[in-house]
Amino acid sequence: MNTIMIDRGEMDTGASPAEPPLSGQAPPSTPALQSLPPSSSTAPALSVKDLCVYFGPNQVLRSVSLEVPARAVTAIIGPSGCGKSTFLRSLNRMHDLVPSARVEGEVKLFGQDIYGPGVEAVLVRRRVGMVFQKSNPFPTMSVSDNVTVGLRLNGLRRRALLAERMEQSLVMAALWDEVKDRLNAPAISLSGGQQQRLCIARALAVQPEVLLMDEPASALDPLATAKIEDLILSLKKDYTIVIVTHNMQQAARVSDFTAFFYLGELIEYDTTSKIFTSPSQKRTEDYVTGRFG
Amino acid sequence: MFEVKNHRWRKVKNGVMESLALGAAGLALVPLALVFYHVVKAGVSSLNWAFFTQLPKPTGEVGGGMANAIVGTFILLGEAAAIGVPVGVLGGVYLSEYGATRLNWWIRFGADILNGVPSIVWGVVVAGLLVVHRITLFGHVLLRRGNSALAGGLVLGLMMIPLVMRTTEEVLRLVPGGYREAALALGVARWRTTLQIVVRTALKGIVTGVLLALARVAGETAPLLFTSGVNLYWMRNLTQPVAALPVQIFSYAIAPYADWHRQAWAAALVLLVFVLLINVGVRVLTRDRFQQNR
Repeated sequence: MNTIMIDRGEMDTGASPAEPPLSGQAPPSTPALQSLPPSSSTAPALSVKDLCVYFGPNQVLRSVSLEVPARAVTAIIGPSGCGKSTFLRSLNRMHDLVPSARVEGEVKLFGQDIYGPGVEAVLVRRRVGMVFQKSNPFPTMSVSDNVTVGLRLNGLRRRALLAERMEQSLVMAALWDEVKDRLNAPAISLSGGQQQRLCIARALAVQPEVLLMDEPASALDPLATAKIEDLILSLKKDYTIVIVTHNMQQAARVSDFTAFFYLGELIEYDTTSKIFTSPSQKRTEDYVTGRFG
Repeated sequence: MFEVKNHRWRKVKNGVMESLALGAAGLALVPLALVFYHVVKAGVSSLNWAFFTQLPKPTGEVGGGMANAIVGTFILLGEAAAIGVPVGVLGGVYLSEYGATRLNWWIRFGADILNGVPSIVWGVVVAGLLVVHRITLFGHVLLRRGNSALAGGLVLGLMMIPLVMRTTEEVLRLVPGGYREAALALGVARWRTTLQIVVRTALKGIVTGVLLALARVAGETAPLLFTSGVNLYWMRNLTQPVAALPVQIFSYAIAPYADWHRQAWAAALVLLVFVLLINVGVRVLTRDRFQQNR
């Protein structure tokens, strides 16, 4: 058992983490590969290739390939049941928990295949955090304990460090000023919007590199939603964010890149402005203009 | 006209059915009231300080108490908890959090059968295993032949396992999946998530299940008759027989002495109040849980 939890070294057996080899590969023959456009000069944080996900006999994702640029917000949009959440959950191996789920293809996190042999899902999840649609602070814990729970349950004991990370995470989640006087209050005494920002602080406390957000504001009122959106914009300085959203205005407001999924396939992936102003696919245009979905 | 008549008749039928149902529900409370009335009436007058502090007097002498049986009951319950709680809780964790569905089906089925096994059968089985044989390990005598507190605690513990296991499973299933996902997404290992998030969240429910199981086995008499046996003195160690309130009630109640009958009533009252207290404790625990959810 590690004494310090965030041990990134453990995953670095295998390929060199410095330069992901993806960029040097020959252009793939599969037409589905949508490598990111122009503006992303840096190496991608995540590169997904031919990802197929099955639940039992049902194929939910069909050969999805895309590259998520680092330190940017990538939005996943599409009608219900198109595989948005399934895609998101395959980025930190949450499907491992579902016995009937099967994942094929490749997901590289800064060059390393997270589905590769010998890769521990637990260690992947420490680097790829997640915020869920329904805020889920632990009801038995106080506000501060909720923030530090990821650190404590991975063996971090030093109080000073825990307190420092707790404050730092709450500040980043734009919640510190609201809760600094009630850190020992039960987490479930906070309002819905505060609870969701608490969950974001909890995810940030373990210092992940990528933050996955599954409709993080869909259960919140407009004011709380605005706070979450501001938060997302401020977080992209330091984090790679992938957000699933039902709300197209939200995607337009917060994201730099947008991927449109439909019936388990990636239809189009481009800069957000391109997707919302001049998409190249008819189906994308129909969806973003509200003609279906 | 027709409609009005129909309406009235329906109201009558409704009234009759409602009073029948109320009567049946009330009837269920009658035995409880009767038990309380009799036990309290006969028991209170027999309770005195000596009952809690003294050993039983030799046959024929008036007075004495059941201090050894009161302590013995707690010793047996302690042993039962030491066996039933870890096995039952971990088994419930397995059923709820791990395990292939097919195996789970068999384990649940087995636990339900065990819950229905008559307690005297439990007693006979454990007596057959531990009491009629001498238990040795590499020629070293671990447990000599005969009744012992170990055998008595083992029966009660075994009876607790399926009870605790099923209630633990039920309350763990009530923990929303979102908490498991949230912890796992923080990179917390599965076993820690299970223990420190899932079990922690359901802890009150688990404690409730354990308390109810303890209350249930606290009054068991039949399985103790052949296992923990009878002891009119203090137990010196766990390999000796030990007195327990239910067994003491049984042996005093069938004896032909009025003073023993009096003491049996007193013991019945003490046992009843003990079980009642556990149930009240459970109510307090569960009420607190609902308040927290609000």
